[in-house]
Amino acid sequence: MRRVAVTGLGVISAIGGDTRQFLDSLQAGRSGIRPLQAVDSALLRFKNGAEVAGFDPLASFDPKQTDLLDRFAQFAAVAAREAVRDSGLEWTAAAKERTAVVTGCCVGGQATEDAAFVDLYRHNKPRVNPMSIPRIMANAGASFVSMDMGFTGPVFTVSTACASANHAIGQAFLMVRSGMVDAALTGGSEAIFSYGFLKAWEAMRVVSPDTCRPFSRDRQGLILGEGGAMLVLEEMDEARARGARIYAELAGFGMSADAHHITQPTWEGPAAAMRAALESASLAPADVGYINAHGTGTLANDATETKAIRAVFGESADRLVVSSTKSMHGHALGAAGAIEAAACALSLHHGFVPPTANYTAPDPACDLDVAPNEARQLRVGAALSNAFAFGGLNAVLAFRAVR
Amino acid sequence: MPKEFLQRVIGCIAKAQRIPTETMKAESTFEQLGIDSLDGINILFALESEFDIEIPDNAAQQVKTVGDMANGVFALVEQKQRVQA
Repeated sequence: MRRVAVTGLGVISAIGGDTRQFLDSLQAGRSGIRPLQAVDSALLRFKNGAEVAGFDPLASFDPKQTDLLDRFAQFAAVAAREAVRDSGLEWTAAAKERTAVVTGCCVGGQATEDAAFVDLYRHNKPRVNPMSIPRIMANAGASFVSMDMGFTGPVFTVSTACASANHAIGQAFLMVRSGMVDAALTGGSEAIFSYGFLKAWEAMRVVSPDTCRPFSRDRQGLILGEGGAMLVLEEMDEARARGARIYAELAGFGMSADAHHITQPTWEGPAAAMRAALESASLAPADVGYINAHGTGTLANDATETKAIRAVFGESADRLVVSSTKSMHGHALGAAGAIEAAACALSLHHGFVPPTANYTAPDPACDLDVAPNEARQLRVGAALSNAFAFGGLNAVLAFRAVR
Repeated sequence: MPKEFLQRVIGCIAKAQRIPTETMKAESTFEQLGIDSLDGINILFALESEFDIEIPDNAAQQVKTVGDMANGVFALVEQKQRVQA
């Protein structure tokens, strides 16, 4: 079976507009959670979010393109361009036919939808922007990226709520590993800060009134985020032959479903997905040194995830580091897994473990080493990245260090 | 809290849960009624809409019985009427 190398990264997030800034923030444990800018928080019960600050679409797209691209698709394109540049890979016409684009996205262009419906219902306008439909569709990012790059292989978008990007990256991984394609550009993007959508999250009563404190005793919920991240995946031998810089091997992928409840997690489902990822990567529990947790900062997730990790790793659970980078870049829903996969690849490549920021006090129900507040210099051999979605859909990526 | 107020709260919960009002008494716990966290936010939404109030998350988390809920909602309605008076 072929092996899969991660050779390019692109990230746009609340903690940095490119991979370099993102890496700096992870190493410094810097949180991008700030007072909301995009909407008036006076009408909301929560006041903070992890927004991409100072993003100027016209620095990356011409005005004709921005007419067609919702913010979420713009994030996909910005991250994709950086990842392709970063990989140093030259695509021949034949190679473009053998490259896939697979993105994750939860809600698509919902800010465009929100604005269109405000025009109709509040302003009594008789028509909406004719670009609304192509802007709203969840595959808009993947489609633009394929056109932008000229990639004509399999192109599609996966939508599994908070696990979207992990499921997307997993599909791309399986296609490269099986030989269906030679390379893939894969990740996810999301832009969620519209008033209507934030009110819907408010009604769920899971958003923290202050900040995101995963695994802390006084955690009060998640903080919503936005952004995008893309990975270039290549067949390992090809990558080595061209002398590519390899961040890490994407070594395995596991999926499961809880078949239990639309919002309440179980520990069994996540545990099954982690076991499947380890098996797919031919890794033993003791090989794993770092887990980038789903770690939303809700009461239910963090305790359940701890239980799942203990069930899978047994005694090894006390020898590995688990952190939630959502404490810094927020919960970017369909982009979350992509941003966290980039964090894992950077962690393995640069020999550090990003911290769980905003941590205050231990919770006996979350009794793992969560790297509180400070990054740790640590070379680990392998890492997992967890994503568990509403609806009980679990997807776990396994990375192995390449040195 | 007047008895009619409790009945109005019970009616609201019954409608949101699609269960008969007779299954509920003031001392019934949400656990006994098989109401989980997702049902809970649905009930809060129904009560907020019915009484035109805002129920804070931290207050809602303390509530264990139908009677507690009715008392909490009654206090919020009274508070609102005082502010408006």
